[in-house]
Amino acid sequence: MATQSALGGWLHRFTDSDVWWSFKSSPMTVTAAAATFFIVAVAFLSPVLAPHTPFDPATLSLSDGLKPPVLVSPDGDWTFPLGTDDQGRDVLSSIMYGTRLSLVVGFASVVVAMVLGIALGLVSGYIGGVTDAVIMRIADVQLTFPAILVALLIDGVVRGIISVQRHDEIAIFVIVGAIGLSFWVQYARTVRGSVLVEKNKEYVQAARVIGLSPALIMVRHVLPNVTGPVLVIATINLGLAIITEATLSFLGVGLPSTEPSLGTLIRLGNEVLQSGDWWITVFPGATLAALVLAVNLLGDWLRDALNPKLR
Amino acid sequence: MPDGSMSQFVKIEGLKRYFDVSAPWLVRTLEGRPRQIVQAVDGIDIEIAKGETFSLVGESGCGKSTVARLVVGLYPPTAGSIEFDGNDMAGPRSRADMAALRRRMQMIFQDPYASLNPRWRVFDIVAEPIRAFGLAKDKADLENQVGERLRQVRLTPADGAKYPHEFSGGQRQRISIARALASHPEFLVCDEPTSALDVSVQAQILNLMVDLQRRLQLTYLFISHNLAVVYHISTRVGVMYLGRLVEVAPTDTLFKRPKHPYTRMLLDTIPDLDMTGRQRAPVAGEVPSPINPPTGCSFHPRCPFANERCKVERPKALPIEGGTVACHAIEEGRLGVEERTYAGSAA
Amino acid sequence: MASPSNNPPLLEVKNLRVEFPTRRGTLLAVDDVSFDIAPGEVLGVVGESGAGKSLTGNAIIGLLEPPGRIAGGEVKLEGRRIDNLPYEEMRKIRGHRIGAIFQDPLTSLNPLYSIGRQLVETIQTHLPLSGSQARKRALDLLKEVGIPGAENRIDHYPHQFSGGMRQRVVIALALCADPRLIVADEPTTALDVSIQAQIIALLKKLCREHQTAVMLVTHDMGVIAETADRVAVMYAGRIAEIGPVRDVVKQAKHPYTKGLMGSIPSLGVRHDRLTQIDGAMPRLTEIPPGCAFNPRCTFRGQRCLVERPNLMAAGASRAACWLHDRGGVGAPVAKELVDA
Repeated sequence: MATQSALGGWLHRFTDSDVWWSFKSSPMTVTAAAATFFIVAVAFLSPVLAPHTPFDPATLSLSDGLKPPVLVSPDGDWTFPLGTDDQGRDVLSSIMYGTRLSLVVGFASVVVAMVLGIALGLVSGYIGGVTDAVIMRIADVQLTFPAILVALLIDGVVRGIISVQRHDEIAIFVIVGAIGLSFWVQYARTVRGSVLVEKNKEYVQAARVIGLSPALIMVRHVLPNVTGPVLVIATINLGLAIITEATLSFLGVGLPSTEPSLGTLIRLGNEVLQSGDWWITVFPGATLAALVLAVNLLGDWLRDALNPKLR
Repeated sequence: MPDGSMSQFVKIEGLKRYFDVSAPWLVRTLEGRPRQIVQAVDGIDIEIAKGETFSLVGESGCGKSTVARLVVGLYPPTAGSIEFDGNDMAGPRSRADMAALRRRMQMIFQDPYASLNPRWRVFDIVAEPIRAFGLAKDKADLENQVGERLRQVRLTPADGAKYPHEFSGGQRQRISIARALASHPEFLVCDEPTSALDVSVQAQILNLMVDLQRRLQLTYLFISHNLAVVYHISTRVGVMYLGRLVEVAPTDTLFKRPKHPYTRMLLDTIPDLDMTGRQRAPVAGEVPSPINPPTGCSFHPRCPFANERCKVERPKALPIEGGTVACHAIEEGRLGVEERTYAGSAA
Repeated sequence: MASPSNNPPLLEVKNLRVEFPTRRGTLLAVDDVSFDIAPGEVLGVVGESGAGKSLTGNAIIGLLEPPGRIAGGEVKLEGRRIDNLPYEEMRKIRGHRIGAIFQDPLTSLNPLYSIGRQLVETIQTHLPLSGSQARKRALDLLKEVGIPGAENRIDHYPHQFSGGMRQRVVIALALCADPRLIVADEPTTALDVSIQAQIIALLKKLCREHQTAVMLVTHDMGVIAETADRVAVMYAGRIAEIGPVRDVVKQAKHPYTKGLMGSIPSLGVRHDRLTQIDGAMPRLTEIPPGCAFNPRCTFRGQRCLVERPNLMAAGASRAACWLHDRGGVGAPVAKELVDA
């Protein structure tokens, strides 16, 4: 009962808030949210919804290979609405599974980047001095390289030290780590900036007068007040992370073709594009574009909604 | 009223705090720029007796807020000592001893919007010192204590469930006071507690502070730029200029028989309700930068009574009429002391 | 001092209403405010934060921040309506006929240009002067507002001036085209007391010498008492009392004004306690029916709960309080303890 009313109160505060109001009054944002929700839901329900299990060799038949999509060609087959690839895999099902993988990698690498960035940003901003200088100079150096290059480098190093077989097994962790490591800088800088502002506010001084330890002050007082900007970066970064993963996979250094993400699918399709079988690459590409666009629109809205100056 | 025989509750001696505001080392070396040091507090002595309200007044940048922060330990002093009830605050001691001293002194801040964590409920804000010092036996005791503190500042225990943004500026300052009182302190450092508030709300808070002082035998160090507020609330007043105390005196003496030329100037320039239609004589000049304060008496460039000695020799604090004044002109008898009258006073 | 009653008003504000449409409905931030200012007169507008005093000033100079808008009434400058002018035309009047001075001098000055250049540009925008003539006028203005060594300082940048000197430069900017009206919004609030006195003395001198009307918006009753000829006290978007400054300060007619004056600590007498008005000014979303001050008022009667008082004659002033109406406040009602 108590939890129920607390939840009710929270829900009421949320539906009553300015953020919810600005969400409701922007049709573009509502559309983007609906699209994101649709894509995410379909992706995660793919084992239930997908008409085929495209990467189970037992269900494949080469005679189904290279069927065009039903809507553009009379050769189409309603069993494969978006056509099949050269191995006879259903493109629609591949996209559903691939999107799920792309989302998982995207989320996971954003979490890695966020945790790393917040921790380093808090330490850097609150302690200052030499610690701050070292962390921020590392961040500066890393910023001079494009994120994709950093990810490539990390991936390459890992490939160099472990066997190919082993690499395919842990590829997903490597890529999450690589993307995560290449995105922490932005979080660290933002958190550090917020910490520098917050730590001179009088409520932090009040906590210091009581004699609380710096670590406790950071976690209890400062951290809750820097979540806003972090959330905004995380949303925008989700799109970037998905794109980065797709790029890496497209270049063939990402996820293996046995576990294809959207990027891998685009690469596989790209190989047969010359022979006119465009659907194998265009549909995964369109899905990727729609997903990233929707997520970025959400991020843009969140940034504006949480920025009091723009309201 | 304090006198030499009484043991002082708070004793500040030779307190200095310098801030290094130089450019980074590399820039400094390349451009051949010298180090820049702000002498925010440059050697002050204050004694505060138990139960009194000692006020520090001065214009912005005179170092009065730095003194407040030094006293509660937010900054370490560059030199000098702070003694609280016979304990040297800088002396070596265990964490537990330090916490025991910290519990007894708290601070009230200027900005009621920045001094409360916006993400915390009022209950947790007021409970924080109680939890930190382990002053509650159990949850019920904690709730009791927080409710009691909220009632003490004329809020209700039910207000504890709300967030700071649901309150007006005056109410937030009450919450801030409730938090400061939560650990049963004896000494409160108040840094401009009413200067961000509207006048009618300021009156509420000042009255509340006076009531609380009587009821709980509190000692206040009150920092303000508003002379009328200081006149109203203080037992004794110290006037600061560029990091130094130029005059200390019991309140009535300071306002009726001000001695230091800077104190007189301040009293001449405050706008007052009773001054309708009266022409104030504005003083020329502005406060110099504390990075390169003038030599000798730092007030000499603006002082109509300054002579050669004032330009080179820093005046010492001389005891006079129950207080002290640091001025060569007073010491040499070049400058007399006259009674000031105010319109509306029952002189 | 000017004798305001004999001159035709320079600025007339009639039934001014300023609204803010929000998602929770439209807020009435300035409600039916009327006053006028004669040439050479200083009208002080005081009130606590949120009383609508700055919005009134901004509405007059046409600088209401969206979504705020003038929803009714009219503003006349020298007999000409200015509240409904298109933006471009209003921009020409602002600066030429009306000068504006804000709290923070830094926001009024462009940090990238020397003050001389900013003055010359403003002068040439509004007056048909050549470059050298404009520069000479800029120099004269700087001398007039008391910048020492104006010949050298004219080519300095804003950051090279102290707060008080910057505010003098802003005043010089406001005076560029010899405006008929100056709207000064908290011009001394950001300054130290000793500098405040200099700025106030300067404003008064300029007002007298140029016969400029000044609308001085501030929360500082001391500044008003010293500077203004008449004062309007605002509460919750309305004028609670308006009258000659001496009467309003010494013989306040509205219970709010009385409480406000009592709550200001004075150097004259030291009381044990300050007079305090319990509670706080209502938020714009929670203005009670009847008189907006009624929940905090010790004199309130039944009538105050239902009927909103307009300004009525009360001694030398006018006050919006039923105490000054023949009908009185009605049967007494116990005061609620708000904020207690």
